[in-house]
Amino acid sequence: MRFSDFVCVSAIRAELKAGDKPSAIQELVASLVAAEAVPAAQQEGIVKAILKREELGSTGIGRGVAVPHAKHASVDRLIGTIGVSSNGIDFNSLDGENVHLFFLLVSPPDRPRDHLLALESISRQLRDDAFCRCLKNAKSVQDIQTLLNEADQTQAGA
Amino acid sequence: MTHSRINRVVTVVNPLGIHLRPAGLIANTANRFAAQVEVVKGGDRFDARSVLSLLTLAAGQGTQLALQAHGPDAEPALDALAELFAQGFHEMEAASERASPAAGLDH
Repeated sequence: MRFSDFVCVSAIRAELKAGDKPSAIQELVASLVAAEAVPAAQQEGIVKAILKREELGSTGIGRGVAVPHAKHASVDRLIGTIGVSSNGIDFNSLDGENVHLFFLLVSPPDRPRDHLLALESISRQLRDDAFCRCLKNAKSVQDIQTLLNEADQTQAGA
Repeated sequence: MTHSRINRVVTVVNPLGIHLRPAGLIANTANRFAAQVEVVKGGDRFDARSVLSLLTLAAGQGTQLALQAHGPDAEPALDALAELFAQGFHEMEAASERASPAAGLDH
């Protein structure tokens, strides 16, 4: 799966304002609403579902990256956004490090395969140190989009 | 002292496959042992101690994987990991609890 298959570009936030975990999730879900990728009426419900998932164990997977996510019936396909926090946010990550990179995913309840494929795309790219560093240093949505396109092209060529 | 590499074939049985929580469980379990454990899928090898590595497996329900361990406690390491796979990463009970009321709604 390519990033362009699930990342909603107009919802990407190159500089998150949030300073803590709940507000980071809130801000990213709000970005999906603003981009009309999810209905405004469902914003609260999606945030709640994601926070509930975090209670089962942090989605901070290390290397300054978190993948907050939830299944929600308001989407008919997997949709995601990306946020960068230059200060970093305490996310109770597995390795205890603050999170600078967020990949937030909302998927339909009946599509576990797509969720796995999105996790694969994300984790594959994050094993590349240069990609990780560049994404964390990205200053604009344009920068992030360029990096994602490059990753998609590399994957297509592989 | 040298240790031989031991091998075990496992199957992903939980409906959601190896998503984040199972990957975390596998990595935590593998980290408890001194043995080096790798997950082999096709010809590719993945580090069982790394969540990022495990997530790139994109292993859905029904996927067969080989676990390979090398080290002093390779045998107990594979026992513990095989048990996790067999139990569906503790997700099977939760899935059936959720399934019954949901199935009721369909009728």
